[in-house]
Amino acid sequence: MTTPHWSLVDAPTVILALVIVTALAFDFTNGFHDTANAMAASISTGALAPKVAVGLSAVLNLVGAFLSVEVALTVSNAVIKLQDKSGAPRPELLSDGGEALLLIVLAGLVGGIVWNLLTWLLGLPSSSSHALLGGLTGAGAAGLGLAGVKWTGDGTKLDGVVGKILLPSLLSPVVAMAVAFVGCWLVHRITNSVMDRLQERYFRWGQIGSASLVSIAHGTNDAQKTMGVMTLALIASGHWERTDAVPVWVKISAALAIAAGTYIGGWRIIRTLGKGLVDITPRQGLSSDGATAAVLLASSHLGFALSTTHVATGSVLGGGLGRGTHVRWSTAGRMVVAWAMTFPIAAGMGALMWWVGHTLGGLPGALLVFAILCVASFWMYRRSRAEHVGPHNVTDDWDRSKDGTPPSTTPTRTPTH
Amino acid sequence: MRSLELAFQGAGKVLVAGLVFGAGLPVLYALAMRALTLGSTDTTTADGSGRSQKTVLGRVLAGVLVLVVLGGIVLGLMLIVASGFGKAVSFEHVVPTFVDKK
Repeated sequence: MTTPHWSLVDAPTVILALVIVTALAFDFTNGFHDTANAMAASISTGALAPKVAVGLSAVLNLVGAFLSVEVALTVSNAVIKLQDKSGAPRPELLSDGGEALLLIVLAGLVGGIVWNLLTWLLGLPSSSSHALLGGLTGAGAAGLGLAGVKWTGDGTKLDGVVGKILLPSLLSPVVAMAVAFVGCWLVHRITNSVMDRLQERYFRWGQIGSASLVSIAHGTNDAQKTMGVMTLALIASGHWERTDAVPVWVKISAALAIAAGTYIGGWRIIRTLGKGLVDITPRQGLSSDGATAAVLLASSHLGFALSTTHVATGSVLGGGLGRGTHVRWSTAGRMVVAWAMTFPIAAGMGALMWWVGHTLGGLPGALLVFAILCVASFWMYRRSRAEHVGPHNVTDDWDRSKDGTPPSTTPTRTPTH
Repeated sequence: MRSLELAFQGAGKVLVAGLVFGAGLPVLYALAMRALTLGSTDTTTADGSGRSQKTVLGRVLAGVLVLVVLGGIVLGLMLIVASGFGKAVSFEHVVPTFVDKK
């Protein structure tokens, strides 16, 4: 049961509602930002029609999200000390109906969403989990001081910003690249006669299989994180007590939000990953998707969690190198820059949002932070419409335009010479 | 520096598992495709149309290889389900089984 004098108008409840809505919004951006990881190769090779691909991925994300019975309440414990070991919020953050913690979570989520939308606008795949953890770390550091940030582990396991963010993001693309390189090279050696090429369409089935695995795994892992953040907010405000279970409505809403986001499809990112790095063939697509699925599942099984985005990008590059095709290194370079900036910028944004909210204080502060999110999101959405990328032009030839913008949507920018 | 060591250890293990499954299964799949054309008569015309006649041996070999690949996908599904339910998959008895997380 809730507290006795619970009413719709008291400030903590309104702030809690803002946090829940913002968490679901983050989950939605997480969905469409990561559609590319599973489906870019299948869409680019024509194994699946664009709309079918995002539909399949959305359904599998939904299935995956409902498979997550485990509570990921302690996700942010790796980098910021907001909670104790059980996942319960630290007591000093719980005065005033948990307002202090709610503001940190709200500011952190806003930082994550703004970075996700900005990278989507630029068509750059970047890690949604790094954006979320970055935002929460920045907001937490602003609220608790830098002493609240966990930089490294205690030496027994990988932990902290260095162990969970920095090192994995340096190593994961290399590992995925190596696996996809070997796989793609061998697959091409085995099936190199004209007659084998007749079988090319069969490779699409292998691609669809591995892409489906990536989609389910994404739903399970990433929806869990949003559910954890929402549950943390509910505990902080006294609307939930258990650290070993998630309210049913939280699970259903988070599952639907990530599936809806996936279905909307981050077409700009799909285009970069599927067309911008290398031109993907079905055999190469099979090797890349197989590498992504295997590296991801192996890493979570071995307790060395990697970002899906970094793995998927490494696999696409490795497949291209294995086939010996032309790689657009300038696009790859821009992605690496975006990866390096994800955690620090989301952290900076989270810290700034916390500062804004804290300065104004209470409900007005939280409302202002939420308003900033709405304005920034609307602005970026408007910008995206100017050079619209959608299922109709997602696989257009990349090189016809200088910056990868499909020519059909931007006739005025087509070079005249 | 301890973190660096742990990270390289983790990445090394993932690399090995990745090569076995992530490169190995696509290769088996490619071998299955190759088996389909084993000993078949090439009726491909110059313009690339036409079809290859599949032999029984080719079909059987391809079927076995595809079954192994499907086994890999089932294993992948087991790993996802395990992580969703807070369990782990143990390879202790060769056949993967669900166990409680250590």
